[in-house]
Amino acid sequence: MSATITTEMPILRVEHLSMKFGGLVAIGDLSFDVRRGEITALIGPNGAGKTTVFNCITGFYKPTEGMIRFTGREGNEFLLERLPDFQITAKAKVARTFQNIRLFSGMTVLENLLVAQHNKLMKASGYTILGLLGIGGYPKAAAESIEKAKHWLEKADLTDRADDPAGDLPYGAQRRLEIARAMCTDPELLCLDEPAAGLNPKESLALNALLNDIKANTGTSILLIEHDMSVVMEISDHIVVLEYGRKISDGTPEEVRTDPRVIAAYLGVDDEEVEEVLIEVGDEDVIEQLDTGPDADHGPEASSSMLAGPVNDTVVHGNGERVTVEKGAGKAAQVKPQQAVSSPAARKPAAKAAKAKAEPAPKAATPAKQAGAAKAAKASPASKAAPASEKPIPAAGKGKEAGISNRLPAARGGKADDLQLIKGIGPVNEKKLNAHGIYHFDQIAAWKKADIAAAEAYLAFDGRIAREDWISQAKVLARKAASAPATRRGGRK
Amino acid sequence: MAMAETKNSAGSANIAAGLREAVYAAVIAFFMFVLFIGVKTEQNIHNELVLVTRWGLLATVVVLAAVVRFLQVVYLMPFLASQKTVDAKTGLLPTSVALRVFSKRNLIIGVVVAGALLLFGNAIQEAVGPYWGAYVGLLRAAAIIFVIAWGIFSFRNFISTYSYSLGFILLVLYPVVMVSLFGFQGSLKWVDNFGIQILIYVMLAWGLNIVVGLAGLLDLGYVAFYAVGAYSYALLGTQFGWSFWILLPAAGAMAAMWGIILGFPVLRLRGDYLAIVTLAFGEIIRLVLINWREVTNGAAGISGIPKVSFFGLISFNVSDPNYISKVFGIAQSGSYYKIFLYYLILALCMLTGYVTIRLRRLPVGRAWEALREDEIACRSLGINTTTTKLTAFAIGAMFGGFAGSFFAARQGFVSPESFIFLESAIILAIVVLGGMGSLGGIAVAAAVMVGGTEILREMQFLKQIFGPDFTPELYRMLLFGAAMVIVMVWKPRGFVGSREPTAFLKESKAVSGSFTKEGHG
Repeated sequence: MSATITTEMPILRVEHLSMKFGGLVAIGDLSFDVRRGEITALIGPNGAGKTTVFNCITGFYKPTEGMIRFTGREGNEFLLERLPDFQITAKAKVARTFQNIRLFSGMTVLENLLVAQHNKLMKASGYTILGLLGIGGYPKAAAESIEKAKHWLEKADLTDRADDPAGDLPYGAQRRLEIARAMCTDPELLCLDEPAAGLNPKESLALNALLNDIKANTGTSILLIEHDMSVVMEISDHIVVLEYGRKISDGTPEEVRTDPRVIAAYLGVDDEEVEEVLIEVGDEDVIEQLDTGPDADHGPEASSSMLAGPVNDTVVHGNGERVTVEKGAGKAAQVKPQQAVSSPAARKPAAKAAKAKAEPAPKAATPAKQAGAAKAAKASPASKAAPASEKPIPAAGKGKEAGISNRLPAARGGKADDLQLIKGIGPVNEKKLNAHGIYHFDQIAAWKKADIAAAEAYLAFDGRIAREDWISQAKVLARKAASAPATRRGGRK
Repeated sequence: MAMAETKNSAGSANIAAGLREAVYAAVIAFFMFVLFIGVKTEQNIHNELVLVTRWGLLATVVVLAAVVRFLQVVYLMPFLASQKTVDAKTGLLPTSVALRVFSKRNLIIGVVVAGALLLFGNAIQEAVGPYWGAYVGLLRAAAIIFVIAWGIFSFRNFISTYSYSLGFILLVLYPVVMVSLFGFQGSLKWVDNFGIQILIYVMLAWGLNIVVGLAGLLDLGYVAFYAVGAYSYALLGTQFGWSFWILLPAAGAMAAMWGIILGFPVLRLRGDYLAIVTLAFGEIIRLVLINWREVTNGAAGISGIPKVSFFGLISFNVSDPNYISKVFGIAQSGSYYKIFLYYLILALCMLTGYVTIRLRRLPVGRAWEALREDEIACRSLGINTTTTKLTAFAIGAMFGGFAGSFFAARQGFVSPESFIFLESAIILAIVVLGGMGSLGGIAVAAAVMVGGTEILREMQFLKQIFGPDFTPELYRMLLFGAAMVIVMVWKPRGFVGSREPTAFLKESKAVSGSFTKEGHG
């Protein structure tokens, strides 16, 4: 986090927040700040716990652990986890909207905005008694509340529909009305749960304008959950990224966008872009762990993004770059950037990320077992029977088994061929093959049936080498390599 | 020629369909009624239970069902369809049935018939004998009703614009009209059985409307608050001799307190669960009244409840020195008290209505309606839903308490019999039929439901049709049920399904019932 340390307290400081539902940890030890007068976005894949965080902040859930400290404009402090939900809005001035719009659909637009000013009007009406008797300043307060409602109607572009039932408005207008209603409570912090969900691009732009206007003119800080990257990247000053209830990144939109953990978790980008980023970060560990798992036939298409989930939503965000937002599972938990090692070979891990779901942790934990497993795999080359957890990993291989006939102790001339040029071999497989003494195309080209079986045992593949015809690919490449220096496949953008 | 043919074939197809439908209706009617009407158990002279068959009556019912269904399919349905079809030549819809029925020509006929029968009706009745005389009376009533309906129909726009003021004027003038028509003694029935009875239910339904219609909290035990109010006045009035005017607010406060006591445990309940707990609460109150004999005198009830006085200035007890006929020097009559009570309950109703209208425009009323629409959104806007619900329970219960103490004063006697679950159900039915949240609709529903059951007693001519054993008032629950079914089919959201907004910028547009929610309890 590159936040400049200000003397002013952040408006909201979430410290070590945990929320457990039975055995399920929805949020685990989450800490972040929402700075005053800024728009902070909370993003993350579906099920990351964003709405749970909102429900904790706005009192709809009582967090299992942690502290949510709210500091008002006048320096008044509230611990939100200790307040009942309605007092969080009434006293601490935190207003929220809902993911599934919750308007008072049978009341008019104007009435919706008047209900939002309940507490002020309640005081003015002497808790109903004076208002009922018609004494006191209620009429004046009522007129003021209508003026305020008018102000927000104008901002939300709803003046023409003020006397229509809220349930009769189109979807985009309902979203704007919900924001206007929340603003009528005079909040210091406005929490918006997916304000752009279901909006068309034009309505999204109008929403951006409304939020920027709120930020500029009212001094209200905004915390928002959003999936629409065009909104998030455009308007937020600060982004917090969650995955599986844990914070994986926190910073400005620029920082977050280039954070490999975020990319892995959430922002699928074009293969080339990921390549670039990962080379920059150079994370060998990631690549090792990601490039295992089921083969392409059973997994997503190689062309789909690393996060390949069922829903694939491509949007054009502010800078005109293409960002593919994945609604599928994120993979950031497996990314450990602190182990970064420069590795120019790291390439195209993205396509494999989603496949790597299952086993990295158990594998790393039991190397000894895996060594044995490799033997078992060799004994039964069909390896179908080998349980998934017993797949060999390169660290355990060490080339001790005499599986493949034409192994070399080291690459000829100290320079290995780029085995990834063979379709079907990724960085991890390349590493594995290298560990087993396979460095060159001609080695693969010379494989016999037994070698293939052995290699498949190492790689925990069955039938893939034959199916993808590595041998003939390798033969072609070997010829090429003999005639000209190897060229890299693909290339930078 | 070709057109006539198609018309003919369409007609015959229609008749075939009508016959088929009639057969279905007859079969269904037969199976529905064979055990209800076809056979009947009776005790004979030896105290034995014998089975009596009534095949003739069953056949009548079955044939009636078939004929009605046939007429509906062959004539009514094509007619209704033709009403919606635009004339190809003029491009206009056909003149509506109502306009045709309420034409000037029919008015003249109606006026002539009504006038003639009013003048010579009695003479004709004497001439034709009691049997046909009853029909003459019926015809006279029908002619008068038609003329009144004609007036209402032709001024319908005016009436709908000024419905509240007109309704109020009508209610204020009602006893005057009745007394001038039937005299003091003759007006008793109309003022007491109709006027006061209906207005008590109007008040109860308006009170329940705050809880059910505005706050959306389904309360099946509302009669408990009615009972609390009635017993508060009965006990304090008989034991301490306190005046009605002190005990009315006391009874209201007592009921409100019980409203809050009920409210607390059910705050977290919604929908069916809330309904069941409130129902149980109503039963608990009734059972306590029955069993706490030392205080409530059990099922025997409390009698000798003091009458209401006109703020202590004018009394309605014959023995008092300030008895009304002594003060004004007029003849003694029990109807003065009834007329006074009528205006008292009218004033209480107006108070209820006024407070409800005022509350709706205050933040608390908007919060009730918001609570009905979406409780979670309410909390997100800083509304304390606990106190909002409790105020709804308390204020609704308070009006129930007022009505209860009035009831005790009017009857002079209370017993747990008056506070059974059926009363709660009737009050709730009135609220639902009237249209939840709408005062006018609820008042109309109360008039129709309570007045309708009362008017059955007046329908003695039905004895002409169904025989002298027929007692129409036994069928009031049937009427109640039938009316509910018809209204719910015709207007699923009640008489007045729309909702008046409490504030507007440019113009007040009624909110259609399809947007408002019923609440989740």
